[in-house]
Amino acid sequence: MSTNGKASMVTINLDGNEVEVPAGINLVEAAGIHGTEVPHYCYHPKLSVAGNCRMCLVEMGTPMRDRATGEAVLDENGVQKIGWVPKPVIGCGTNVSPGMHVKTKSSMVTDSREGIMEFLLVNHPLDCPICDQAGECRLQEFATDYGRGYSRYVERKNVKPKRTKLGPRVTLDDERCILCSRCIRFCQEVVDDDVLGFVDRGSFSTLTCFPGKELSNNYSLNTVDLCPVGALTSTDFRFKMRVWFLKESPSICAESSAGSNILVSSREGVIHRITPRRNDNVNDSWMTDSGRELYKQVNSKNRLLGASVSGESVHLAEAISAATDLLQGKNVGIVGSCRSSVEEQYLLNKLAKNIKAKKFLRGHFGDDDGILLSADRTPNLRGNLVTGFSSKYPSDQLTQLSQALGKKQIEALIVMGEDLSDSDINLDELKVPVVFLGTQQNATSEFSQVVIPMLTSFEKSGSFINRNFRLQSFKQAIPGPAGLLPDLHVLASLINGLCDDAEQSSDLATIWKQMSKSPTNPLNGIVYSHIPDDGIQLNGAKWDSLSFVEKNALHFSPVKQTLKA
Amino acid sequence: MFDVELLLMIGLKVLFALLMIGAVMTMAGYSVLAERKVSAWMQGRVGPNRTVLPLVGSLPFVGRFLKGLGIFQPLADGLKFLFKEEMIPGHVNKFYYNLAPIVALVPALTTMTVLPFGEFFTENGESIPLMLANLEVGILFVLAVSSLGVYGIVLAGWSSNSKYPFLGGIRSSAQMISYELAMGLSLLPVFLWVSEPGTGAMGLSLVDIVNSQSQNAWLLLVQPLSALIFLIALFAETNRLPFDMPESETDLVGGFHTEYGGFKFGIFFVAEYAHIVVGSAIFTIVFLGGWHFLPWMADPWPATWIGSLIGVGWFLAKTIFLIFFFIWVRWTLPRFRYDQVMNLGWTKLLPLALLNLIFYVLLVTWLDQPPA
Amino acid sequence: MAKTVVLQRKPLSLSERTYLPQIVTGLKTTFSNMFKEKVTLQYPEEKPNIPKNYRGVPTLVKDPNGREKCVSCQLCEFVCPPKAIRITPGSVPEDEVDREHVEKATQEFEINMLRCIYCGYCQEVCPEEAIFLQDEYSSSGYTREEMINNKEKLYELGGTLPDQHYKWDKKKVAEGEGNAH
Repeated sequence: MSTNGKASMVTINLDGNEVEVPAGINLVEAAGIHGTEVPHYCYHPKLSVAGNCRMCLVEMGTPMRDRATGEAVLDENGVQKIGWVPKPVIGCGTNVSPGMHVKTKSSMVTDSREGIMEFLLVNHPLDCPICDQAGECRLQEFATDYGRGYSRYVERKNVKPKRTKLGPRVTLDDERCILCSRCIRFCQEVVDDDVLGFVDRGSFSTLTCFPGKELSNNYSLNTVDLCPVGALTSTDFRFKMRVWFLKESPSICAESSAGSNILVSSREGVIHRITPRRNDNVNDSWMTDSGRELYKQVNSKNRLLGASVSGESVHLAEAISAATDLLQGKNVGIVGSCRSSVEEQYLLNKLAKNIKAKKFLRGHFGDDDGILLSADRTPNLRGNLVTGFSSKYPSDQLTQLSQALGKKQIEALIVMGEDLSDSDINLDELKVPVVFLGTQQNATSEFSQVVIPMLTSFEKSGSFINRNFRLQSFKQAIPGPAGLLPDLHVLASLINGLCDDAEQSSDLATIWKQMSKSPTNPLNGIVYSHIPDDGIQLNGAKWDSLSFVEKNALHFSPVKQTLKA
Repeated sequence: MFDVELLLMIGLKVLFALLMIGAVMTMAGYSVLAERKVSAWMQGRVGPNRTVLPLVGSLPFVGRFLKGLGIFQPLADGLKFLFKEEMIPGHVNKFYYNLAPIVALVPALTTMTVLPFGEFFTENGESIPLMLANLEVGILFVLAVSSLGVYGIVLAGWSSNSKYPFLGGIRSSAQMISYELAMGLSLLPVFLWVSEPGTGAMGLSLVDIVNSQSQNAWLLLVQPLSALIFLIALFAETNRLPFDMPESETDLVGGFHTEYGGFKFGIFFVAEYAHIVVGSAIFTIVFLGGWHFLPWMADPWPATWIGSLIGVGWFLAKTIFLIFFFIWVRWTLPRFRYDQVMNLGWTKLLPLALLNLIFYVLLVTWLDQPPA
Repeated sequence: MAKTVVLQRKPLSLSERTYLPQIVTGLKTTFSNMFKEKVTLQYPEEKPNIPKNYRGVPTLVKDPNGREKCVSCQLCEFVCPPKAIRITPGSVPEDEVDREHVEKATQEFEINMLRCIYCGYCQEVCPEEAIFLQDEYSSSGYTREEMINNKEKLYELGGTLPDQHYKWDKKKVAEGEGNAH
């Protein structure tokens, strides 16, 4: 790759066609750019090249030059001769060079693939009916596409351990392993937690953890995604659902400000797993194990499923009108949330502006692991800055709120999902009525007069702004619990109820039209439906002076914003 | 005060009438069973063989046999009609809607008053016909009353206030009027023949017709064309396939009784079969020699009460065969199209009946010429 | 273009025009039919002969050793056109003798017989030869719930069928003999 960010192009001959490809990439990628699939197992674009599966064998030749003189060797027609390498070469380990000739469909290539497939399948068990990988298994796919279609192997297959626990979240089926070493390289190169390796030789080679270690890092489930076969399986997802039933919806991980791109796999409104979605600007192909657990909050025990007023469960509309009655004409304080979507923060800010409420915000912070779990454990702290809900960087306490309460400046509170009791507010001394909007029960929701349940990020559409000031949209993956309305609708109803002649729409597109109007706002000119899958980089230079807590991590450095400005 | 003899007479007649009604209704009911059984047999099926009475059914061999024959089926069918909910659709003309089934059944039952079904011999060898009323104009009475049956169908079709019954009623009235002409005309030569001067028989009495066939040729053999025309017209008058225009299940759902259910439908159903029974009996009387044995043969049974019983049985056998014939034809022939029915009635049967009449008028005139 | 040939019909004779001979022929046919052997089956007493490849009620079968064959691959659920099959997958507990090496099993297996169209795709797709449409053809119930066959009912209906492969038993043997290192 060139250093100035622009790749220079070279021309190669791919299956008889002259095509242009970026210089320096390997043949698998080059063929992929032009729609030719070169099957591969061990190669992964985000890992080093190991070249041990041999599946990507292609024929390659370069233009001939005379060794002594360096002159081009021409054939009788005056065209430079091609020096074909007599044996096939691996596509992943061969980088393109100008004038290179590649054959991906010759009989030698087909034969090679057939041979490799046959060897890979020799000891592969006939586990497909019970294998979780079935349906997204490269071995299945390539056996169909490039295999010979039947087995000549009559001897007994190798027997290896079937249920090895490599770590708390990963189970290994050794028989299915095709020794591609992707998982080993991932642990070495991405997580820097070298725990996996092969022992034994030949067909007895087995993947194991190093003695005394286990695959327990927070990225261990990425090895399951990487595994081209069903050898590494997620203990959580194991035997839960076949992948062909799953509907995959693009979403954004709400675990931290890293904003990993994810795919939410659900069937009939039930989420079964979360897998990373490749975004080379944010999370490559990885995500944290802890982020994959977030779907459990959807059906968790403390999920708020119905609205209530003073402990009595009521219809949502009644709760909303109770809330407006409660807040009408009072000095309201609004505790925003860094977990709300950009649109919700915008509406909350609008509400605050219209009823002249005081705004409070707190952050949630933890340790930065330098990869995809950032110190800011909320997905959308920067959304509060961009929408104007907050101009200061929030601390992890609500000190201002407790001061304001002390001075009796606030007569009622709207709380967006935050638990006041784990900050510096004593609920027992809180004398003002509280309207709580959130997804999960907590001490504050118990305390609140009006509780309006909200939807998780899997049940609604919206957008987050990550630590890079990258605006990323997420789409509704599953329907919310029966009887609940989208958060935007609830907020719009509050605005319409509390402010005279307000006609706030709860439609996402309309809200975006309102948000993107201001020319000074970084959101200017953005249309929600046009936000690309990999997000839009916003200009966050305005907030460079704030002391963000994130440290250097994958595709992120804290100084970047300043440099850009 | 009262003439005791007259009272006794009336009482007896009422009793006989009730017996007759019982007999005809039972025959009608079992005609339904016969219809179902015969159609089943002709179609390679078994037919009704499930209904059974608790006690009779458990008889060792007979019970099984009777059950297989479906003997109890008419009982179950009747009870079913009786116990069904009486539905009266909201859109019908209620008075005529309720009247129609009665109007349909009454003529069918009334015609049987003049039907002779046997003879009784007094001690001095005199023969008295078995019948409720020995009318001199018996056949006229039959023709007059049975044609009233069409009013039941027309009323049903009209009062149902619905398209299919209406069409069924219209077709029915058109068909009945068309075929009544041919029917009447086909009977005239018969009476011409029977009432020829010199034979002593005269008038339109059914008894005389029967007796004229005793030890003589059956009128079927003397006047085959008249018999054929009468038979075809009879099919049309009783609404039997291939002339079941009023019902036409395939194009009119159920025709005139589409909107009927329960017992009222049952009455229509029974009326149709009562018509068949009476029609068969008339055909037997007029063309098949009534209760007399075979053409040109004297009755082989003695002129006692045993003889009259056998005679009645013989009459019934002929009638039952004709009923079977009705059923047989139904499951053999498809339905005529409406225009074909009209065409056949007006352009074929009516001229044929007229020609037939003229031919016999001339023949009888020629035969009756006093010897020169 | 094909040439149209108009066939000349023979004019009907007088007797044909009266239709009477034809009617008599028809009457003969129907009459002779009355004495032919009846083709109907007196159902509850007489049962029809079920051909070998008949597709009756889908059932789950056990192998001759009495072990459940279904491994809950859910292919039948996937292929089922009317979506009559509903499987809750589960795993075989590690301490279950003789079957723990199969690892996966059904926790619940429901076939909604109100939806089933007896197409037999489930039998065709089953990689474990665990689901068969056998000769049971009459399935009835008083409620909708009764018409949903659960796992227990399905195994009860299915019984045991002979096995040609003993796939998992072979695997067990191989496992027992282990790897000749």
